[in-house]
Amino acid sequence: MPHVLTRSLDRSATVFLMAVVACGVLIPLSNLLLPAGSLFQVPTYLVSLFGKYVCYAILALAIDLIWGYCGILSLGHGAFFALGGYAMGMYLMRQIGSRGVYGNPLLPDFMVFLNYPKLPWYWHGFDMFWFACLMVLVVPGLLAFCFGWLAFRSRVTGVYLSIITQAMTYALLLAFFRNDFGFGGNNGLTDFKDILGFNVQADGTRAALFALSCLGLIVGFLICRAVVTSKLGKVLIAVRDAESRTRFLGYRVESYKLFVFTLSACMAGVAGALYVPQVGIINPSEFAPGNSIEAVIWVAVGGRGTLIGAALGAVVVNYAKTYFTSGALAPYWLFMLGAMFILVTLLLPKGIIGTFNSWWEPWKARRLAANAASAAREDGVSEPNMAE
Amino acid sequence: MNVMDTRATSALLYLDGVHVSFDGFHAINNLSLTLAPGEMRAIIGPNGAGKTTMMDIITGKTKPDEGTVLFDGVTDLTRLDETRIAELGIGRKFQKPTVFESQTIEDNLLLALNVDHSVKGTLFWRETKPESERIDRVLETIRLTDARDRLAGSLSHGQKQWLEIGMLLAQDPKLLLVDEPVAGMTDVETHQTAELLREINRDKTIMVVEHDMTFVRELGVKVTCLHEGTVLAEGTIDQVSSNERVIEVYLGR
Amino acid sequence: MLTKVLRNVRALPFALLIILATVLPVLAGPFEDAIGKFTTDDFSDTEEAINAIATSGNPLAFTVISALQDGRLMFDADAKKVYVTQPDGKSIDAETGAPVASVPDSASAVRLNNRLRRSVEAAMSGLTLSSPDAGKRIEAAQSIFKTHDEAMLLAIEGALAKETNKDAKQAFTAARGAILLFKDDATEAQKLDAIAAIRDRGDQEALAMLSDVPADQPPAVTHAVASAIAAIQSRLAIWSAVQNAWYGLSLGSVLLLAAIGLAITFGVMGVINMAHGEMVMIGAYVTFVVQQVIRNSFPGLFDYALVIAVPSAFIVAGAIGILIERTIIRFLYGRPLETLLATWGLSLVLQQAVRSLFGPTNQEVANPSWMSGAFQLGQITITYNRLWILCFTLAVFVILLAMLRYTALGLEMRAVTQNRRMAASMGIATSRVDALTFGLGSGIAGIAGVALSQIDNVSPNLGQSYIIDSFMVVVFGGVGNLWGTLVGAFTLGIANKFLEPVAGAVLGKIAILVLIILFIQKRPRGLFALKGRAVEA
Repeated sequence: MPHVLTRSLDRSATVFLMAVVACGVLIPLSNLLLPAGSLFQVPTYLVSLFGKYVCYAILALAIDLIWGYCGILSLGHGAFFALGGYAMGMYLMRQIGSRGVYGNPLLPDFMVFLNYPKLPWYWHGFDMFWFACLMVLVVPGLLAFCFGWLAFRSRVTGVYLSIITQAMTYALLLAFFRNDFGFGGNNGLTDFKDILGFNVQADGTRAALFALSCLGLIVGFLICRAVVTSKLGKVLIAVRDAESRTRFLGYRVESYKLFVFTLSACMAGVAGALYVPQVGIINPSEFAPGNSIEAVIWVAVGGRGTLIGAALGAVVVNYAKTYFTSGALAPYWLFMLGAMFILVTLLLPKGIIGTFNSWWEPWKARRLAANAASAAREDGVSEPNMAE
Repeated sequence: MNVMDTRATSALLYLDGVHVSFDGFHAINNLSLTLAPGEMRAIIGPNGAGKTTMMDIITGKTKPDEGTVLFDGVTDLTRLDETRIAELGIGRKFQKPTVFESQTIEDNLLLALNVDHSVKGTLFWRETKPESERIDRVLETIRLTDARDRLAGSLSHGQKQWLEIGMLLAQDPKLLLVDEPVAGMTDVETHQTAELLREINRDKTIMVVEHDMTFVRELGVKVTCLHEGTVLAEGTIDQVSSNERVIEVYLGR
Repeated sequence: MLTKVLRNVRALPFALLIILATVLPVLAGPFEDAIGKFTTDDFSDTEEAINAIATSGNPLAFTVISALQDGRLMFDADAKKVYVTQPDGKSIDAETGAPVASVPDSASAVRLNNRLRRSVEAAMSGLTLSSPDAGKRIEAAQSIFKTHDEAMLLAIEGALAKETNKDAKQAFTAARGAILLFKDDATEAQKLDAIAAIRDRGDQEALAMLSDVPADQPPAVTHAVASAIAAIQSRLAIWSAVQNAWYGLSLGSVLLLAAIGLAITFGVMGVINMAHGEMVMIGAYVTFVVQQVIRNSFPGLFDYALVIAVPSAFIVAGAIGILIERTIIRFLYGRPLETLLATWGLSLVLQQAVRSLFGPTNQEVANPSWMSGAFQLGQITITYNRLWILCFTLAVFVILLAMLRYTALGLEMRAVTQNRRMAASMGIATSRVDALTFGLGSGIAGIAGVALSQIDNVSPNLGQSYIIDSFMVVVFGGVGNLWGTLVGAFTLGIANKFLEPVAGAVLGKIAILVLIILFIQKRPRGLFALKGRAVEA
């Protein structure tokens, strides 16, 4: 087991992790310890905003794991994210207790409003934090497992898979919009009061949630690194590049896809669960097909097949979104987003990090080769013939 | 898996009365063929004769409409999928060389090794000495030792062909299906490939599909000529190439 | 019970009068006298006037009584004149029907009380029972059927005896049956006849009426009612199936229209165009613009706006399609997932562009007169716009099929899709064919937009609501097969409409999506899949 972890850390991965740790520690500390208004104090609203970005980064990692490494383009990962979010939202709803508008100790406000006689069976247990956390993993994981089992076994691949994942999230969108589905319909779940006894609005809780999101990103990143640097990662790339060849080598391709798809869905669920307490609401619009596709473009911008790129892409694109949609340029944001889709696929297919690597690595390799050559000459050994 | 009580045949590969049609087009038509253990067989035939479709059937990619396909006399291949058939010990080299281009040559061979192919096994895999020694040996055989860290995509066409043969070796199957191994090779490389195949044939059964008659002649093995999905002629290369119907098929009617 | 009897007694002489009116030839004189009575502003005079007018047979009777009902009958006590203010604001003299410039200020509306209002209503249905328009007569019979007021029995019987129109006769018979069925002193034979008549009518109302029959009936009647209910129910079940099938065909035609262009770009070329819905949307906006231009410049041609919009939408959407193919898609051939993302981005850009140009709200696109309205077919109502869209869709399908089969472009298109390299070496300019094929698919999407503008809101989001459904149709039908798309669209449309009553609209849609997802597991290449080595990409 330890070898799985140790080999996953190369230099850039270490640098990335250090950066996330630094953010996860320094931002909450600056928010809590420095006086408000000080130059280096990060205001609470920014902490929550950054927290949102970090959750998106986890989602981007999840998408990159299957798309970048296994070639599965899911246009329905927003659904797993939202399901994780709903599981956490249900816990937060139950925590409101009798403090709701209707003061019902058991039923959330929307259920009182919609005349629910009693708590639906699937809401039981969500008053316990550990149960909700379990569901954050189990519900998206189970859906992904069932969906993937059906799809991969029948060899639904490529755009077909993309389209049916989109149909899946669309079907869930329609379902969650319904009032009688028991998840608050159109309005979703909101008006949260506290989490594990801490007020969700309090600065301390927000800072802690941010730190937790960073921890989630670190753990998610380590898991993804462990997967892609193992032999399993090589198999995934083999499946991505030549699926049928992999099968003729005796690999059960559908098992690999199912494993990585389910893992990815669980990660998306965790991202959603961390997201909900920080934004304070979860509603069916999270299932909208557009959201899932937007998440794919984060990965494409950052660089598919590079985990750091995926996380970075999520932060960069969402920062741009925040920046542009809040200013005078708001009507042009969709133009920019659309153009981003087009330009990245046409001109920057490797994304930011991928393109950087393809510039940087040959240079690094040449430098290494030059060093080796000069060292070899000093040793009086002839240069090995690399070509042919 | 359909395991019969007794071996139905002593052949390693046994095809009898196989039919496949795609939307009314008979790709394989009453094809019957046997391959004895340890044999090397060359399959020739004009375009559309059904050579690749036959390989698809043996490896489980295509299911025949009717007919028997037995491996090792006991296993009905028509009921198994590609993975299971590969696990049984049938390896395949594709017509168009298919290697994992974005991975190194060493990784290509590592992926081909017939070790634990389960998800758990690969996730917690760590390199062992016997494995790396086997990879070294294969690299030696296919003359790519120096290029082991290069990406497979950067190889020349002929080298890719060899890498794919190397992957077959690493897979260590009982039966090798080799589809057009010398396409795009120089004469020297063709000669070397023929030698390589003969060497492999010492302990493996091989079926080679090839257009290159010089190469087939150099292999010096029994030849089967396919035409319109059925066996047209079988025998030594001289017998087959002097067969009037074969000449007719190849030179047009 | 008592009030009912009283009401009947009150209405009885009146009903008799109606019979007289319908049987006797038209008499001159009483109409003018009766009109004069409105000027006294006395309820009993007004009642006499109503009865007299109702029986007068004067062509103005209907106008006057309906004006009275709506409070548009004005009287001038001093001038002893009565006027009718027509719904369009013009006024006429109630006695002669001659137009008058204006009603004097001293005139006021003839007042009614509840008792009079009932008389007015009865007079109205009596008048319409003898209306020269068969449709009006049937309508009147329907309203009597619903109320089954015993007072109207004689009127109905009189009208029935005189009636020659088959449909009206049936309506009268049913109305008479309804009255007899609830008449306490009707004989058993009369009731059985009545049940038979209602059973012949066989609609939802007949069913409701039979279910309302009191239980204290002779056994033969109870039995007849039960069997009539069963008969009507089974008949209604068939009609409701027919109705669902029609809705299904209608939805299917919309789906087919939206998907057929996609069947070309995705099915034939293998290009996954997420901006396909936006091509449909652009077609709808072209329709809007064409209608605006025609409304402002050539109002006489307004009914033909759609005819002009069809080629315009084809050209505009097709040209945009070719532009997209040349600037974006051709660089992404063989990279379907990237194509998907790029065209999704394109769809965002197109939506936002239309939003900036036309605003985010729905645009009003009118139905031409030949597409408005509906007609009745048995128990179902068929609207003309849905029928036109169905015909239009099938026409587009046939033309497209013929184009692919018989034109040079169609031949080249098929050649390129089957074997690009071979086609290129045969001298076909493959990149030109690609551009034209994509333009064709987009142009057809534009045409779909023209049709959809007639039944859906024309907004920048129009296309989005169709894109997932369209892909489902193409994938379900089998990629690369136009017939598959046809069968797929109608199957999904009909399945959707048959599921809706069972599961509700949203759950029905979810069920369809789930079923398709399961279906793709079973047949990953759709209903009419191509087989063979050529399929493996």
